[in-house]
Amino acid sequence: MSDVRLSEVRKVYAGGVEAVKGVSLTIADGEFCVLVGPSGCGKSTLLRMVAGLETISGGTCAIDGRVVNEIEPAERDIAMVFQNYALYPHMSVYNNMAYGLRNRGTPKDEIDARVKEAARILEVEPFLERKPKALSGGQRQRVAMGRAIVRKPKVFLFDEPLSNLDAKLRIQMRVEIKKLQRALKTTSIYVTHDQLEAMTLADQLVVMNKGRVEQAGRPLELYERPATLFVAGFIGAPPMNLITLPPEGLPGLQLANKPTGKVVLGIRPEHLFEQGSKSADLSLEFTVQAVEAVGAETYIYGALGGNGTEIILREPGKASPALGTRLKVGASAANLHFFDPETSQRLA
Amino acid sequence: MVERKRFLDFLPHLVLALGVAIVAFPVYVAFVASTWDAATISNGKMPLTIGPHFLENYYRTIFIGTSSSTREPVGNMMLNSLIMAMVIALGKIAISLISAFAVVYFRFPFRMTAFWVIFVTLMLPVEVRIYPTYKIVADLKLLDTFAGLTIPLIASATATLLFRQFFMTVPDELVEASKIDGAGPMKFFFDTLVPLSITSVAAMFVIQFIYGWNQYLWPLLITTKDSMQTIVIGIKKMIVTQDALTEWQLAMATAILAMLPPVLVVVLMQRLFVKGLVETEK
Repeated sequence: MSDVRLSEVRKVYAGGVEAVKGVSLTIADGEFCVLVGPSGCGKSTLLRMVAGLETISGGTCAIDGRVVNEIEPAERDIAMVFQNYALYPHMSVYNNMAYGLRNRGTPKDEIDARVKEAARILEVEPFLERKPKALSGGQRQRVAMGRAIVRKPKVFLFDEPLSNLDAKLRIQMRVEIKKLQRALKTTSIYVTHDQLEAMTLADQLVVMNKGRVEQAGRPLELYERPATLFVAGFIGAPPMNLITLPPEGLPGLQLANKPTGKVVLGIRPEHLFEQGSKSADLSLEFTVQAVEAVGAETYIYGALGGNGTEIILREPGKASPALGTRLKVGASAANLHFFDPETSQRLA
Repeated sequence: MVERKRFLDFLPHLVLALGVAIVAFPVYVAFVASTWDAATISNGKMPLTIGPHFLENYYRTIFIGTSSSTREPVGNMMLNSLIMAMVIALGKIAISLISAFAVVYFRFPFRMTAFWVIFVTLMLPVEVRIYPTYKIVADLKLLDTFAGLTIPLIASATATLLFRQFFMTVPDELVEASKIDGAGPMKFFFDTLVPLSITSVAAMFVIQFIYGWNQYLWPLLITTKDSMQTIVIGIKKMIVTQDALTEWQLAMATAILAMLPPVLVVVLMQRLFVKGLVETEK
């Protein structure tokens, strides 16, 4: 058992800036938890507080039932993978991985066995005697992960580990991290600003904004039932269409069973379909302003007739409506989301 | 720059050759003079070719010394100079590494004040504070000792400044990784920071060794015993202006000998220099 429990964790910097405003979170044993949010939302600060690299201003952080607020990073039994890898430049790959174990007085033959094992898993065996500067970005990332896994810690902490890699390698490493975590069953906290990375990796996805947790849950739960406007706009690519509906309605938009009062209507681009003769619970008309064809699908950008709200429509396959044409699209009631514009909370 | 005209190709070489000649010729003359006997030098007809007394002169210089002005063999002076230069260079590096480490990595009250105080000592070389420093050294009964000779010259801001600048370029993540790897501050210092600074240390060693070796005023003041003389003082003492005859062949041999260690240090350490410049370890 090695769960992580945060309760009302706060971080206030010396200048009075409150970076994390009371976060409560439970990460179960063996769970892969991803913290995602825009830059400055406090996700990295939260991770660094769990690591012990930042002091905790309020609340408690418990790892495996033990409150670690006042415990040194080395004694928290965690391992961290940094964005810029933070390998020791003057040490060989082998020594980079062995350093933490040596400092803990692990017997020599056990260090050797663990490093070789990690090197085998991560396929860095041929480079064990090299210095980090002789490795490529992806190989360095593997060594950084190796340094974490040889320790067999209770918790892995990842601080945007893939941000310095190119797009192709990033996807490849993403899959490998997931596989590795599945195999090792180590509780992990992973920070990223990439929502796709977050969706694919997470068992529990935590969306943060301005120092608070907006919503935490399974990735598809967040996708299907975003609890707030922020989550609705953040999860999913391209983002959800959000249309502010005044009580009197909008011209060019027909909606069956509209809730009373002013609401924000959310509809994902992939849930809009071109309306032929099909009946739909929502139908709206917009003017095509831009078309992006990426092969498998086409994104059509337009402006809503009534108030000019930008609408994105995802069409499977190749579609190419001429710019300026008016398009009538619809959606079924099951795919509609309603939010309160005042509190930005989900309605119903 | 590649020039089309042969003349312009040749011109820079001419200038460089002239410069080398201006620097090297006096050294050559000194070397030639150190291989002739006193009589040949003093009658003003010394040839510009190497003379027959090379071994004899150098043997006398190193193991016996001049017959009148200095009573100490130059070998001993070289040893004194070597000890002084080494202690100053290594001492400066050690104290600067530690003080830079403190200033960069620890948050203590008046940290910046401490840094500025160190910084201000740049304006206070030994020559400026010579009287109070002499008084302190004399009161501590350190006259005519290596401690008195070196300690006042060790405290310096230049190396602290250099190491501070270098430490600030070391990524914070390395400190954090060390913390998570269970390395305390001193372990981080010795396992990570010092190995990373090795090229800066080499650069500092070259500069400070030559600085220490060339010290003149301070040893002149602090040392009175013959056995504590440094080679730079020795050269000065050999050239007598009073009635006695200067043994020029020995003075010149001493000058050549005094030149050797700094040259050697530069030549040997240059490799580390270049290595440090080519492959930055960070």
